[in-house]
Amino acid sequence: MSPFSSEPRASPPATLVIENVNKWFRSARTTVHALDDVNLNVRGGEFVCLVGPSGCGKSTLLDIIAGLTKPDEGRVLADGELVEGPGRHRLVMFQESALLPWHNVFGNVMFGLRRTPNLTNRQRSEIADYHLRLVGLEKFKKSYVHELSGGMKQRVALARSLAPDPRVLLMDEPLSALDAITREQLYADIQDIWHERPKTIVLVTHNVREAVCLGDRVLLMSPSPGRIREEFKVSLPRPRDINTPELAIIAQRITAALKGYLVESREAAE
Amino acid sequence: MKRTLVVVAFFTALGLIWQVATMTGRWSPVLLPPPQAVAEYLRDALSDGSLLAAAAVTLKRLLIGYFIGIAIGLPLGLLTSTSEYFDDTIGALSLGLQTLPSVCWVPLALLWFGQTESAMLFVVVMGTVWSVVLATNTGARTIPPIYARAARTMGSEGFDKWTRVILPASLPYVVSGMKQGWAFAWRSLMAAEIFVTILTGFGLGHLLQYGRELSAMDQVIGIMVVIVVIGLVADKVLFSPWERFLHRRWGTGLR
Repeated sequence: MSPFSSEPRASPPATLVIENVNKWFRSARTTVHALDDVNLNVRGGEFVCLVGPSGCGKSTLLDIIAGLTKPDEGRVLADGELVEGPGRHRLVMFQESALLPWHNVFGNVMFGLRRTPNLTNRQRSEIADYHLRLVGLEKFKKSYVHELSGGMKQRVALARSLAPDPRVLLMDEPLSALDAITREQLYADIQDIWHERPKTIVLVTHNVREAVCLGDRVLLMSPSPGRIREEFKVSLPRPRDINTPELAIIAQRITAALKGYLVESREAAE
Repeated sequence: MKRTLVVVAFFTALGLIWQVATMTGRWSPVLLPPPQAVAEYLRDALSDGSLLAAAAVTLKRLLIGYFIGIAIGLPLGLLTSTSEYFDDTIGALSLGLQTLPSVCWVPLALLWFGQTESAMLFVVVMGTVWSVVLATNTGARTIPPIYARAARTMGSEGFDKWTRVILPASLPYVVSGMKQGWAFAWRSLMAAEIFVTILTGFGLGHLLQYGRELSAMDQVIGIMVVIVVIGLVADKVLFSPWERFLHRRWGTGLR
């Protein structure tokens, strides 16, 4: 039973199919093979985490799924439809909050809603209020971005990207700039909200424990060229606490594998 | 409170130095009138209405020209920021013309428009436009690209993106440009009024010029004081609080 009244309609989560995606970044001197033949299927409602060191192409892959970057080869299908550009069914929660400082908290949550068709303005503000309650910020509706703490900003960003009811939520290191205590609170909140409003989520992080805490699956990526190297299924019961030894053991295994791939790619480079 | 006292003490000291300088008798009172003479001129000019009328004429010209300048400069600046080609052409032209002191437009304005209000406005517009173009261009180019990316994913593209994201995001820079544009407009209008006599209205610049012709130094200095005070008020009351507010809220803080 939902603790929230007047719950807005929820679109079913989408499946994602990423097929033979290649991406090169060319500059005058060098060419970087950012993504090398990446294939990935994500079930509807699944929570997938992409983990890897910087430069492994994980953020590029997220941009391609979002439609913000075009792949040089291959394609992305969301619910069987070809992704050709950004769309409101695949919203992104960014690393820095990317909130708009000239709008207050409510205005930021409304930004995407105002551009969502087939809603009355009344429905839009009800949906915005609902999502502000969901992230526990209903009291800060009128606050401006510079008045919020880092954790609160990311909660607003979460509410903003959930409000237009996307089928896929893409998270680009959304918690990496926060302190440990705030981050742990948000792990719990994200799991609750995901349970309440199921979405297909792809989260990019360099924090292995974070990935194990949140993901159904953790995909390990390695750089130059950017590849998905290994997949780990995490079947721990939810909600998960990042401080449990079971979780730490899995994270340790993944970290060990990650180190192995790093040594390998360094040797290949030499 | 302490800061107010310092300000009062500073300006009182300046007045005293002036007073003492005139009392030594080293300079002719025709060339350097004492502060009371200037104060008397200002009081008389205020009570007979000539000062307020001139200030009104000048400020009306300034405001009209200034807003025309902004109306042209803002869209042109946004356009300039959209491509390197525009930056290399319109941007370079704006930079060049901004370095040209706008009093240099006066001869051209006189030949094109004659001794009319249009000539005055033209000079003010030329003083304003280029600063606004440059500041808007810089502003739109320096905003974090993440705003535009986030906006695109939420369905904001094209015109909507420019008016609802890029323009508001660059507002702190735009206001700095507007402040600079105001300063240039003010200087150029004063120069134009001193150079050009037109029959549709006598501005502060004209009063200054007549003071010179009549060797009425109390009038010359009095008008200079008025010009300085208007400039100070515009900066301290109109622009600086806005600028500070925007930089704080936008997180682009200089302080």
